Amino acid sequence: MTLISAAEPGVYQAAEGTVQSGAWLLVALPALGAAILLVGGRKTDKWGHWLGVVMSWAAFVWGALLFFSLLGADAEERAIHLHLFTWIQAGTFQLDAGLLVDQLSIAFVLLVTFVGSLIHVYSVAYMEHDPDRRRFFAYLNLFVASMLLLVLADSYLLMFVGWEGVGLASYLLIGFWNHNPAYATAAKKAFIVNRVGDVGLSLAIMAMFAAFGSVSFTDVFANADSASENKLTVIGLLLLVGACGKSAQFPLQSWLGDAMAGPTPVSALIHAATMVTAGVYLVVRSGPVYIGAPDAQLVVVIVGAITLVYGAIVGCAKDDIKKALAASTMSQIGYMMLAAGLGPVGAAFAIFHLLTHGFFKAGMFLGAGSVMHGMNDSVNMRTFGRLSGVMKITWVTFGLGWLAIIGFPLLSGFWSKDKIIEAAFIGEGWRPWVFGLTAMLAAGITAFYMSRLFFMTFQGKEKRWNDDAHPHESPALMTVPMMILAIGSAFLGLALGVTNGLVHWLEPVTGAHGEEEPVLSVPVITGATLVLVAVGVALAWRMYWQASVPVTAPRGSLLTRAARHDLFQDDINEGLFMRPGQYLTRALVFVDNRGVDGAVRGLAALIGGLGGRLRLLQTGLVRSYAASMLAGVVILLGGMLAVRL
Amino acid sequence: MDFPWLTVIGAVPLAGSAVIAALPKALAPRARHVALGVSLVAFVLTVVAALQFDTARAGEIQLTELHSWIGEFGVSYALGVNGIGLVMVALSTVLVPVCVLAAWNEVDEEKARLFYGLIMVLEAMMVGVFAARDLFLFYVFFEAILIPVYFLIGAFGGNEQRRRYAAVKFLSYSLTGGLIMLVGVIALYHAGPGGEQGFLIDQLTGLQFSSPAAERLMFISLFIAFAIKAPIWPVHTWLPDAAAEAPAGVAVLLVGVLDKIGTFGMLTLCLPLFPGASKWAAPTILALAVVSVLYGALLAIGQTDLKRLIAYTSISHFGFIVLGIFAMTSTGQAGSTLYMVNHGFSTAALFLVAGMLIHRRGSADIDEYGGLQRTTPVLAAGFLLAGLSSLALPGMSSFVSEFMVLTGTFIKYPAVAALATLGIVLAALYILLTYQRMFTGPVKEYSNGWKDLSTREVLVVAPLVVVILFLGVYPKPVLDVINPAISTTMQQVGVTDPEPTVAVEGENK
Repeated sequence: MTLISAAEPGVYQAAEGTVQSGAWLLVALPALGAAILLVGGRKTDKWGHWLGVVMSWAAFVWGALLFFSLLGADAEERAIHLHLFTWIQAGTFQLDAGLLVDQLSIAFVLLVTFVGSLIHVYSVAYMEHDPDRRRFFAYLNLFVASMLLLVLADSYLLMFVGWEGVGLASYLLIGFWNHNPAYATAAKKAFIVNRVGDVGLSLAIMAMFAAFGSVSFTDVFANADSASENKLTVIGLLLLVGACGKSAQFPLQSWLGDAMAGPTPVSALIHAATMVTAGVYLVVRSGPVYIGAPDAQLVVVIVGAITLVYGAIVGCAKDDIKKALAASTMSQIGYMMLAAGLGPVGAAFAIFHLLTHGFFKAGMFLGAGSVMHGMNDSVNMRTFGRLSGVMKITWVTFGLGWLAIIGFPLLSGFWSKDKIIEAAFIGEGWRPWVFGLTAMLAAGITAFYMSRLFFMTFQGKEKRWNDDAHPHESPALMTVPMMILAIGSAFLGLALGVTNGLVHWLEPVTGAHGEEEPVLSVPVITGATLVLVAVGVALAWRMYWQASVPVTAPRGSLLTRAARHDLFQDDINEGLFMRPGQYLTRALVFVDNRGVDGAVRGLAALIGGLGGRLRLLQTGLVRSYAASMLAGVVILLGGMLAVRL
Repeated sequence: MDFPWLTVIGAVPLAGSAVIAALPKALAPRARHVALGVSLVAFVLTVVAALQFDTARAGEIQLTELHSWIGEFGVSYALGVNGIGLVMVALSTVLVPVCVLAAWNEVDEEKARLFYGLIMVLEAMMVGVFAARDLFLFYVFFEAILIPVYFLIGAFGGNEQRRRYAAVKFLSYSLTGGLIMLVGVIALYHAGPGGEQGFLIDQLTGLQFSSPAAERLMFISLFIAFAIKAPIWPVHTWLPDAAAEAPAGVAVLLVGVLDKIGTFGMLTLCLPLFPGASKWAAPTILALAVVSVLYGALLAIGQTDLKRLIAYTSISHFGFIVLGIFAMTSTGQAGSTLYMVNHGFSTAALFLVAGMLIHRRGSADIDEYGGLQRTTPVLAAGFLLAGLSSLALPGMSSFVSEFMVLTGTFIKYPAVAALATLGIVLAALYILLTYQRMFTGPVKEYSNGWKDLSTREVLVVAPLVVVILFLGVYPKPVLDVINPAISTTMQQVGVTDPEPTVAVEGENK
């Protein structure tokens, strides 16, 4: 085993003290909030949103207390297990429900509850005029509870409960305005594509049970090194299918763009900062499985590499500010996935980037929401331009997010994304060159499309506003969360990266890596990346700041048109699955009515013939029943006699 | 043999039906009150009986009663339940009051006595069939139960022409199955020790058959009857008609409880009575089960009638139940038993909410709905919750059982389990497509003035939702009752669970 880890995988301390044994409150508090708001109904309309806010912050406070209790412990004793109750017990299948608070899950807890709570606050103002604001907060609380269950669960099956819970919350929130049929379709699509991924995850869990006789992290991780490489490869690939669904990775990425139908705070929280990164969590958490399955790891890296390029290309062509950000999310998660697939060399950086991305992408989505708020809910960047003057706070906070994501030196993305690029250059043979260069080139594309987005919205030669647009800055309930996230976008990377603090913190979970060197020296990688980023920004500057931007999109090149159509992902899915599925269903309905049923109707007619005619059966109910019973009794008696003889 | 609990649980609704029949015409509207009261009494009695039941010995038959009935034919009046029988009796007596309450305003006054009287008879029969410990007595209940159901479908519900057709179709299928089964029942008696108690199931368990062929033929005769009852592909087509034409409350009892007689029979009769033949037939049956899972789900996607759609989803679910039974692992079989219970609740919720929708709209055609989430949000939430339970969302009880079935199958037949797992995508499609068509989109004119769920309707749906959520989080109370019975069944069949394929370190399980 190449894993050098302080603690044996799967060995955890028992929870001690109020803070640790109360870890279940992290899930229970927001769940209670959701329950009160949903069951209470309209009666809670007046104050419901504040209850949602309070429950979310309460979970954050408890999470922070937990974090400090872990911080006080020795590095090897920072994985706390809390047993809850016997969940499923049947035959050989024995599973208790419990929570695992360790270095990895607490990082997620803090991200989810902190960013989540800020977004709760923002939503109070953003959803102010929506008659269903209370229901919105109920779903947000449901999401937070499910997400915390997902990351705190101590077994794959319990994690799956949270996994589907966030999927449900996502479905409900994408379709929050489902009186618009397109939004209802988007919600359904997200759920269905995720279910395809769930087939993989479910089978992975079953395969683990078949192999290890258990699906708890403890048992699976402790025994993973005794399993054959084949088994681990199969399990790893199946887990990846699940991760692809949840994290919108190729080839299950098609739902994320449509998911932007949800209110913008939802896009920020669920479809940028937290839920969509659950796939990365799954792969990193399953490190002990992947470590023994290099082929599965390679596939993870390939999926990540494809997706990061795919998202970046799509991001260059979108004029819808939310869809452009969604494409960017896909691409950034591609980076994380790639890093997660590299194993101990990259896993900690995947989580690092996940945390910084959670801040800057959530911040930018909230900024986009603020823009929409001021622009009559328009999302078309071609009708924006030079908003910097009228929305100063939004401009500055968004600007910090933009600089962070493109990897501007010393801002958050610089620390986390560049580390991934460096890690991608580690290895032997063709891989470091292919993956490293891909990741590096994509950094340049990222700089281009994010600058395009930023310039089209806030800068540029001219204002292209619609006549009825009167942009204005958003209220403080919205701007304060944006400012806090912007501070995180700027400095979180520095705080966690400069001392490598986060990487060391995560080492017991992700495994420490040795002294592997990238195939290019680090300064060369950093320098080249910065050059590419500068080129990307400069290109965007020439095309979208210096030149005027047409309000109607030009026809564009073949690639542009393809990218606008998300590289034909929907057409492919429709051609391959949807239409054949519809034909099959129609054919089966036809056969079921004619064929299967017809054959049996013949039988019915036969029986009818015994009692008279079919017509008689339909009119003389009682008589025919009597006749049938008589036949039954005759046969019965005959049979009895036969036995007696 | 102490107090005859099971007889009393069955006799109470039977007496209730007599009371309802004897009601003067002026009191006909009171029939529903009597039915509700009586079914609640039966429910309370079931709870008390369950408390007498020793969970630790749930693998053995308890609450037994034994009386000679037709001695010269070897027929006894023998009742008793192990854990499996107990949960099925409980499911029946829980759902009947719910269905009575659901039908509260749906039956014409002049027909009310007949309707509720028949429901009470049906309840008595259901208790009997799940409690019978004499094969002939089981057969009698198995056939007699057709009578109330036949009239409940044929005399109530939708369009007269269609409901009569559905009733006759139901009867034709069931009688065919019953007659085929009768041959097997008699042949089995013949193969057994005979005598005054020759039909006792205990006497017929563990027989040495003259030839494998004989055992297989007897197995097939029982299995066909149960497969029609359950129903699984390709003998399923009676169910969509019957469920679509029956009033919602009857559809619940039909699909939620009566069809379980089929899977109950497979698990508690086919397997212990014919262990060799069961193992022999398992691969074929697993194939039929997988076809049912996928076929039922695809057909559900293609339906335009709400109740037919729910019926097809049940065919898919029965596929899962049969899969778990014949995978021959304790996880799979315990999962199937739990599935029977959970499916009872989730299908009940679906059918009853569907009934509330149809009652308001006057049509079961899905395309005539739309936009209801805005007009009747609580109704929409009820439908969505029931639907999520049907698609086995984790956190709901159905997830636990479906996962157990799939895992129990996977450890012996990974490819079969993988195919069946595709059903979870199809399940999401049939539920969410329906939800989209009926509840989302702009508010339409037809729903002007619609009222959201009344208190009575909330009282119908809420208990089901509470049970679904509770058993999703904490299925232990039910599993504790089921597990010992399953390990007995596994011993009777002579199969063991496969060991984990990876050598597991010392102290770990």
